[in-house]
Amino acid sequence: MNHMEYMEGMEIIESDMLDKVISAMEAYDYDKYTERDVLLALSRDTLTPEDFGALLSPAALPYLEEMAQRAQRETRKHFGNSIAMFTPLYIANYCENYCIYCGFNCYNKIRRAKLTEEEIEREMAEIAKTGLQEILILTGESRKMSDVDYIASACAIAKKYFKVVGVEVYPMNSDEYAKLHKSGADFVTVFQETYNSDKYETLHLEGHKRIFPYRFYAQERAVMGGMRGVGFAALLGLDDFRKDAFATGMHAYLLQKKYPHAEIAFSCPRLRPILNNDKINPKDVHERQLLQVICAYRIFMPFAAITISTRECERFRDNVINIAATKISAGVDVGIGGHAGDKKGDEQFEISDSRNVDEVFEAIKNQGLQPVMSDYIYV
Amino acid sequence: MEDKLILNGHEFTSRFILGSGKYSLELIKAAVENAGAQIITLALRRAQGGETENILDYIPKNVTLLPNTSGARNADEAVRIARLAREMGCGDFVKIEAIRDTKYLLPDNYETLKATETLAKEGFVVMPYMYPDLNFARDLQNAGAACIMPLGSPIGSNKGLCTKEFIKILIDEIDLPIIVDAGIGRPSQACEAMEMGAAAVMANTAIATAGDVPAMAHAFKRAIEAGRAAYLAGMGSVVETGARASSPLTGFLHD
Amino acid sequence: MITLNGKQESENFATVTELLEKRGYRREIIVVEINGIIIKKEDYDTTAIKDGDTIEIVHFMGGGSVAFR
Repeated sequence: MNHMEYMEGMEIIESDMLDKVISAMEAYDYDKYTERDVLLALSRDTLTPEDFGALLSPAALPYLEEMAQRAQRETRKHFGNSIAMFTPLYIANYCENYCIYCGFNCYNKIRRAKLTEEEIEREMAEIAKTGLQEILILTGESRKMSDVDYIASACAIAKKYFKVVGVEVYPMNSDEYAKLHKSGADFVTVFQETYNSDKYETLHLEGHKRIFPYRFYAQERAVMGGMRGVGFAALLGLDDFRKDAFATGMHAYLLQKKYPHAEIAFSCPRLRPILNNDKINPKDVHERQLLQVICAYRIFMPFAAITISTRECERFRDNVINIAATKISAGVDVGIGGHAGDKKGDEQFEISDSRNVDEVFEAIKNQGLQPVMSDYIYV
Repeated sequence: MEDKLILNGHEFTSRFILGSGKYSLELIKAAVENAGAQIITLALRRAQGGETENILDYIPKNVTLLPNTSGARNADEAVRIARLAREMGCGDFVKIEAIRDTKYLLPDNYETLKATETLAKEGFVVMPYMYPDLNFARDLQNAGAACIMPLGSPIGSNKGLCTKEFIKILIDEIDLPIIVDAGIGRPSQACEAMEMGAAAVMANTAIATAGDVPAMAHAFKRAIEAGRAAYLAGMGSVVETGARASSPLTGFLHD
Repeated sequence: MITLNGKQESENFATVTELLEKRGYRREIIVVEINGIIIKKEDYDTTAIKDGDTIEIVHFMGGGSVAFR
């Protein structure tokens, strides 16, 4: 299966964004940047893509503290001291893709399950009791087992219990996004995983996810379908993380330029380096590198939301919300069911921060920041 | 690579657009030459007949003429003036001015957009004079404008970059040359606009009303070149220091 | 009667060329518009001027929307 060729039924939109992002990424040579380029980037009011490239380069690492200070100023300027709270709800873990790094992949022998509408409602009611007002609905990527109508009903139920509903599901056509939007969803997150299409091909062996361009254009189709905002991410560490972070930023930058009304969000998942490994790999994403990427996103696009994952530990998350992240999850369970009853399906990955909503709420307050459950008023 | 101003494929090495109002005809030529200008704006007016000399006789032949639509109060009038000007056989350039306020001479963005749409479709190189507004600049870009010409301050006021922050936004966001027009009263202001990343500066009153017109034209030329060179060189950075010794924000990092 | 550049004129001209010559216009630096329609330079000899026509003859001058204050 050619990973660059659309499958039947996949909508093709007119856009040159993929070519632009890929050529920018290919031209991005992070070793060419010097200390001077980094300082110049930090001194600018508004950063160019070149400046963003400088901040992601190895030359910027010695200036991580300066980057953090600038990032903190930008975050406070655009978001005040508010930190948004939400929780993800996995409603199904069936998946038709074979992605070699993912716990949900179709050859992994895990307990598969899908919540019924009643179960979704029970889970959501339970989550809503914690005071949360924003929810992110997730599924494994199976159009067969979790079709668009199923996800749309979940959105409609969510709208009864929450003010803000986002989805992180398989990429869809714009009319399908329009349907989810009509059912109550306003935000769509799709991780591209890696923007290196050769690498992408070797990691995504089967399933519709293998089709690189269809995934790439998901955010644009979501905006065309009426969604308010879209989220971007590369799974840092899958390939060369600097190039992937650069491409992620460029993808968001170009989308925002083309659709100035769209809200932009970044997530920053990483594959952890194997500790106590004798070989030091320059492409490993340690905490310093992860923070560098997060700060670069913030300084390049100061108005974008940045979510910090429960893959990271309590210490890292608490510090990063004080610098650049604006959104944090709490009371997270990445299995199927378990908020209101017994878990019926297995987890996608192991989380590092298992604090409940109250604990995260307190941690935010202890930083002198303000936990915010939602800042949307629908009229 | 030579640094060029490109307007719909037409290339210029000078980034100084000279206005032609308020000069005596003899001074125009000296002003153009001392400015090193490759583009000069002109107005279209009724000809009385019997005139022996015309401004065209004083403008060097290699200079691109940029007729403006001054006098137009709305899009229809601007379009009419543009078509008449093109018939003169001096090229397809037009600077749109649609103004219905004689006191401040502020541009009417809405009428300017309508004229831009029509004229771009007719193959004009459309250079719209506008009040710096990001959404409107995007509309102009979509309508086919060759550049965006935001005002620095009211025409003839010599007050400089009153709209600086808004022009910066246009420079950051719009993928067209941003040419600062109107209100530039001193070489230092022209230089500042260029340092910010403006693609060119247009000036008229400041030069035409100077004590020594050719000398002021030359001063502007050098200021614009200096500002451009500084922009291309990349400004020196100013980073707050003092945080180096300790690491208040990044001290938490492990591994 | 014709209206030439906003003024009523009683003099009759057979063609645009005749008008331009009689009034001392340099044809290379002007544009002629009759009743809102631009006349091509090559048509000046053959374009008749009729009673009631509104004629505009324009040329370039220094200027723009400049404040004369």
